[in-house]
Amino acid sequence: MKFIKNFFERTEPLVQKGAKYSWLGSVHEGFFTFLFVSKDTSKSGTHIHDFIDLKRTMSIVVLALVPALLFGMYNVGFQHYKAIGELASTGFFGIFLYGLLKVIPVIAVSYIVGLGIEFVFAQLRGHGIHEGFLVSGILIPMIMPIETPLWMVALATAFAVILGKEVFGGTGMNIWNPALVARAFLFFAYPAQMSGESVWVALSSTDKVIDGFSGATPMANAAAGHLNYSVADAFFGFIPGSIGETSAFAILIGALILIVTGIGSWKIMVSTLAGGAVMGLILNAASGSEALSAANQVYFSMPFWHHLILGGFMFGAIFMATDPVSASQTEKGKYIYGFLIGILAILIRVINPAFPEGMMLAILLMNTFAPLIDHYVVAGNIKKRMKRAKISA
Amino acid sequence: MSEVVKLRKGLNIKLKGSAEKVLEKLPTPATVALKPTDFQGLTPKLSVKADAEVKAGDALFYDKYHPEIVFTAPVGGKVVSINRGERRKILEVVIETSEKAGSVEFKKADPSTLSSEEVKEQILKSGLWSFIKKRPYGIIALPDEQPKAIYISTFDTAPLAPDFNFIVDGNMDTFQTGVNALAKLTEGKVILGVNADSTFTGVKNVEINTFEGPHPAGNVGIQIANTKPLNKGEVVWTINFQDVLFIGRLFKTGKVDFTKIFALTGSEVAAPKYYQTVLGAPVASLTEGKLIDAGYKQRIISGNVLTGTKVKKQCYIGFYDSQVTVIPEGDEYELFGWADPGFGKFSATKTFFGKLFPKKEYTLNANLHGGERAFVLSGQYEKLVPMDIMPVYLLKAILVNDIDKMEQLGIYEVVEEDLALCEYACTSKIEVQKILREGINTMIKELG
Repeated sequence: MKFIKNFFERTEPLVQKGAKYSWLGSVHEGFFTFLFVSKDTSKSGTHIHDFIDLKRTMSIVVLALVPALLFGMYNVGFQHYKAIGELASTGFFGIFLYGLLKVIPVIAVSYIVGLGIEFVFAQLRGHGIHEGFLVSGILIPMIMPIETPLWMVALATAFAVILGKEVFGGTGMNIWNPALVARAFLFFAYPAQMSGESVWVALSSTDKVIDGFSGATPMANAAAGHLNYSVADAFFGFIPGSIGETSAFAILIGALILIVTGIGSWKIMVSTLAGGAVMGLILNAASGSEALSAANQVYFSMPFWHHLILGGFMFGAIFMATDPVSASQTEKGKYIYGFLIGILAILIRVINPAFPEGMMLAILLMNTFAPLIDHYVVAGNIKKRMKRAKISA
Repeated sequence: MSEVVKLRKGLNIKLKGSAEKVLEKLPTPATVALKPTDFQGLTPKLSVKADAEVKAGDALFYDKYHPEIVFTAPVGGKVVSINRGERRKILEVVIETSEKAGSVEFKKADPSTLSSEEVKEQILKSGLWSFIKKRPYGIIALPDEQPKAIYISTFDTAPLAPDFNFIVDGNMDTFQTGVNALAKLTEGKVILGVNADSTFTGVKNVEINTFEGPHPAGNVGIQIANTKPLNKGEVVWTINFQDVLFIGRLFKTGKVDFTKIFALTGSEVAAPKYYQTVLGAPVASLTEGKLIDAGYKQRIISGNVLTGTKVKKQCYIGFYDSQVTVIPEGDEYELFGWADPGFGKFSATKTFFGKLFPKKEYTLNANLHGGERAFVLSGQYEKLVPMDIMPVYLLKAILVNDIDKMEQLGIYEVVEEDLALCEYACTSKIEVQKILREGINTMIKELG
């Protein structure tokens, strides 16, 4: 590896400001620090620094996403072969391979477009390439329906990186979770292509589906008044849905990694799940009401905890709501923020007929209000200090 | 009334190279120096010229805006050079020591029999006032202010910190005399912070609070915040434990005696132990020939690894420091360092397998281990600061220069050392202490 280091060290002067290849400066720095942790030492303040950096932090989130991603790939194949009635005749690896080949292009498009834009912005702004997109780049594919056209993925990624993040100043400055901005963009710009029954299961025009096949997600069915899923399938993820969101089990493995390493906030995760459960219970209590339509009476009476394992709720609670930049940043605020996400997600999901899934909107909404929550938590600290001063005065 | 406070937040960083409890007495060094740069916000004016002969206790320079605060020669001799930096800023006043120079005579008296004016005058004239700092701001105390109390921490929890129980051994009566003198300077009390195995519990004329918990429990600022937090408009004074001994000796002998014990520590020291020399001694007098012969660069720090100053061998030890630490510089690239499982790596986070071996002592170098970024993670600082304060919001208020917010978020209660752990642990490698000092300087400039 020495020659690579030598190569980067030798080319470093060429990409400095004013040098011949200065337009490659950020890319050079980005690749160099990816391969080698820099030799920079402390210049002021503490002489020792923790080994943790943003690269490692982000890698751990990606690692936590891997179980859900691998399962998502498998499920893409599983739903495909189930739809065409060949599940029994296809082996495990065949199923997985089908999903892998379907998912890889989506991931590739997301990373190429997103990182490309990041490189350009880093260079224009004259700073290094920041690691935020390492996670966004994998989150975006995971919350897309498998049949999303690649050009839409590219467009949404570009929108998310530019308007969701870079206009605010880049990693650490954004107000909304960039991956959800991408999803919301597609949801509102191309509603026809992003919902309905045909986007959740990968099928080519030549595939013949079996009789009685419906590509609808269990949640869409529930909204229509049919509760026709098995709890085990919903928990382990053998249901149609966005690529990475279906398996609560795989997501919980990721949650374990995030909680054990301390990278993801357990406070947000727990309070989001609690909020969802509470709202589910409220709906249960109201399910007998005469004012509800027949379909709504069924949906309202769905056992409250089923909400947590259906749709994007679990994925959102573990990986989206916990994004440290767009979430509440005070420790007390995290409880309020998470709890309200849970409440709102289920509320939107069940009550609003226009949106089959509420998690995305709930998180984006609470991202918007997170600074307000923090403001009041901080104001509480200030108030305490002022009160103390008055007592002693 | 004494309190026992258990602190849960914080972090003990276990480094290799803690000092063995053995004291070696060094001869008086050939030169000593005072560095005006050791004093935050000081504008020094020289009282001596180059080549002047001085006795121990003669003023070398004074504070331009408070001329009564003088800084005196730790040892008698000849002022050999006054080193200046950019814009003729005074960096060092160097004295060539001489046995014959002698010392200035001060009053030899039990401070409890003196009036507070007499005590104050003696401490000011002898140059010992410069050891007394004030909170807010962590700068030298002003003689005309009335402190609510004077705080002394009798233990240090910083990495590889010297053991004050060991240093004070045999000098407890000197410490008591120093405390008696300090007690004359406040209408309030002298308040000692002690830990569980302290030998300071017998000190009289003081209030004693006991603290348990990881670093920064030994920081006087943390001790204040967890007993009687400082409010706007209030002033308390603080003084380091060894500097109380200087005051004690002044009143016991009528002479200044700046003999001081330093711990030479760190993974690069062959045999870490304690050395007795004098305030302002050259770094080399401690480290020369005592470091391991390494094939890489070493970093010498006057002070501890969290708050100390990087020094060269030909520099002098900092005024307020009581330890010298030597660690590897670590200016080397590390292949895929961020992806290393981390069995041998210490971290405040739980993202390295090193966390599974909590008793291991680590060799840490001065590498940043990553690039500087914007604030991304939250909740990281709060775990390390055992105070009712929101460090990130305070730092952000400083960054946008919002004086009202800085005040409301508690800038009066902290100095750099209290937030040093945040800087160590920061994923985004933010220069916490530098930012905080800028904020404090802004407050001093705007509010006086």
